[in-house]
Amino acid sequence: MAGGIGVDLENLWIRFGDFVAVRDANVNINGGDFFSFLGPSGCGKTTILRAISGFLQPSEGRVLIGGKDMAGIGPNKRPTALIFQNLALFPLMKIWENITFSMEVKGAGKAERRKRADELLEMIALEGQGDKLPSELSGGQKQRVAIARALCAEPDVLLLDEPLSALDLKLRQHMRTELREIQQRVGITFIYITHDQGEALTMSDNVAVMRAGVIEQIGSGHDVYDLPATPFVASFVGENNVFRGRILEVNGTEALIRTNRSGDLLAQITPAARGVLKPGDEAMMFIRPEALSLVVDAGAHEKTRLAAKVVNEEFEGNSYSVFLEGDGGKRIKMSLPNVGQDRIASKGEDLTLKYELRNAVVMPAGELAAE
Amino acid sequence: MARPRLLSEYFRTNGRLLGSVMLGLVAFWIIVLILLPQLSMLDYSFRYNLPPAEQGGPKDVYTLANYRHLIYGAGGGEGTYNTVDLMVFVRTIIAAMAVTVADLILCYPLAYYLGQSRGSGFVRLLVVLLIIPYWINEILRAFALRIVFADGGILNAAMMGLGLIDQPIDFIRADVALYAGLGYAYILLMLFPMYNAIESLDRNQIEAARDMGASWIRIHRRIVIPHAKPGITSGMTMVFMLSAGALAAPQILGGPSSLWFTQLVYQWFNDSLNWQQGAAYAIVLLVASITIVLTFMKIFKVNMGDIGK
Repeated sequence: MAGGIGVDLENLWIRFGDFVAVRDANVNINGGDFFSFLGPSGCGKTTILRAISGFLQPSEGRVLIGGKDMAGIGPNKRPTALIFQNLALFPLMKIWENITFSMEVKGAGKAERRKRADELLEMIALEGQGDKLPSELSGGQKQRVAIARALCAEPDVLLLDEPLSALDLKLRQHMRTELREIQQRVGITFIYITHDQGEALTMSDNVAVMRAGVIEQIGSGHDVYDLPATPFVASFVGENNVFRGRILEVNGTEALIRTNRSGDLLAQITPAARGVLKPGDEAMMFIRPEALSLVVDAGAHEKTRLAAKVVNEEFEGNSYSVFLEGDGGKRIKMSLPNVGQDRIASKGEDLTLKYELRNAVVMPAGELAAE
Repeated sequence: MARPRLLSEYFRTNGRLLGSVMLGLVAFWIIVLILLPQLSMLDYSFRYNLPPAEQGGPKDVYTLANYRHLIYGAGGGEGTYNTVDLMVFVRTIIAAMAVTVADLILCYPLAYYLGQSRGSGFVRLLVVLLIIPYWINEILRAFALRIVFADGGILNAAMMGLGLIDQPIDFIRADVALYAGLGYAYILLMLFPMYNAIESLDRNQIEAARDMGASWIRIHRRIVIPHAKPGITSGMTMVFMLSAGALAAPQILGGPSSLWFTQLVYQWFNDSLNWQQGAAYAIVLLVASITIVLTFMKIFKVNMGDIGK
């Protein structure tokens, strides 16, 4: 299992009648990676998962698992195991029977199955619970049973369809860590579907961000968060302040943008748009709320400053969210860590904000994620 | 302590007035419509068939004679058995079981298909189409089937037209018409509970099993059937009870030499005017049917409570 088995999607199209669910997806998932497909509901991420698991045949293109074309190979014959959104545990079977169902299918004897179930129950810290029914377990425990059941078949690739979405926040955060740990322990490829960017960023080696059947960007969590390729990615993953405008100058990887309401600002051009973006182009520039700070000295670059008036302030425990209004009513959000400073701003106060050039990114204008 | 708490809980959720009304209606249903008539039948079955003048007189005592008649015949136990009636009884029970199993085999795939293609308007239309025959009364349906199965009926005509047979087959004498009629009469009582049960099965469970390599047979054996068990049981119980107790279909579709046990009961009541004897026969059929149902429920580990789900 060293290195694990990779999954490749080549020019994958999936259509339902006239509706295109997946449009020309090309993805290389390395063996042993924790890979996430991230996108809003209806973006086609579950469809991709079903195509990898074999429940759905692609309309065009190929799914390769470990370099082998999976065309015509059914879900039961693929080296994948799928964890369903609702887990789909068998309610009338005991936990140990649930976990070892894939062995039962292959005709393994009861003693052998029992033994394997005990091993897996130990791995998920549910020793001695094998004779219970799923209904007797808590949400998080069921979650772990579903994982054990999937791992029992010793798949090369584990497919997870938003399995944490039914859990409450605390448990969900705990399970993120646990899933990541399990993945590193067993060393197989995990392909994870989610609409929750927090889950995708914390667990994944790589993330594919999808919108309306199209993969907008593939990269590490850092890439996707820091250097979004499209306005959709910039606005869907995390929070962002968007500034619309036109390119004034291009200087290598930097560009000066004449924003509609906030003056001329400098930003770095996202890698995907370098060499593409020219002066005169319509552009969108993004600055994360946490990348903005208050100007306390006069040292910062003039073209990386914004003037704005405080409208509101929210205390969120670990941080303050400050809502400001720039020229022409431009709304700006700033996030400041709560590190013991006094009140940072009061309503109606005029502030000057600054940012580091590397924290502002500009790209051709496009569609934003729905709020 | 469980009972009173159950009752107070019941009154708390339903309110005193509505709760009492519902409880009263159920009590009326059970006592007036089920218990009292059946108890009087039971009482009849242990009495002699006396002329009105002697009823309530010194001769009107309890007796097992009516039950003895079913087992030993008119002779009353000299080593001879009432083979004719006993054979009819056994045959009725076995045939009713066969009808039940046949309906189960016919309905399961249909119920599975209907149950799993949930939600679509077309499926609902199909279900409605299935109900339409039940708008026609039972006797009319039985006679219609008789026409289908008759010597010169459509079925024989069609098979002869296709060159499958040279001579018409006597479906009535061979009891084919009877079994078809019984199966047809109660088939929806098998289909609907099963359809309801299967409809509530989460599709993901089937896909999960499939993903783990389970064959279709295993998926049905381990997942669909256990889930649908209450529905299957309730369907089988109804079909068995009703076919064992059917009268119209055997009367109209049965061959000249075959009798259904209910026909014997009917004859005692109606032709011989011996209600006491008829009641004994009916009680035997009832007790036997209930025993068989309970035995099978025990074998297949179904709880009474599951059926109500």
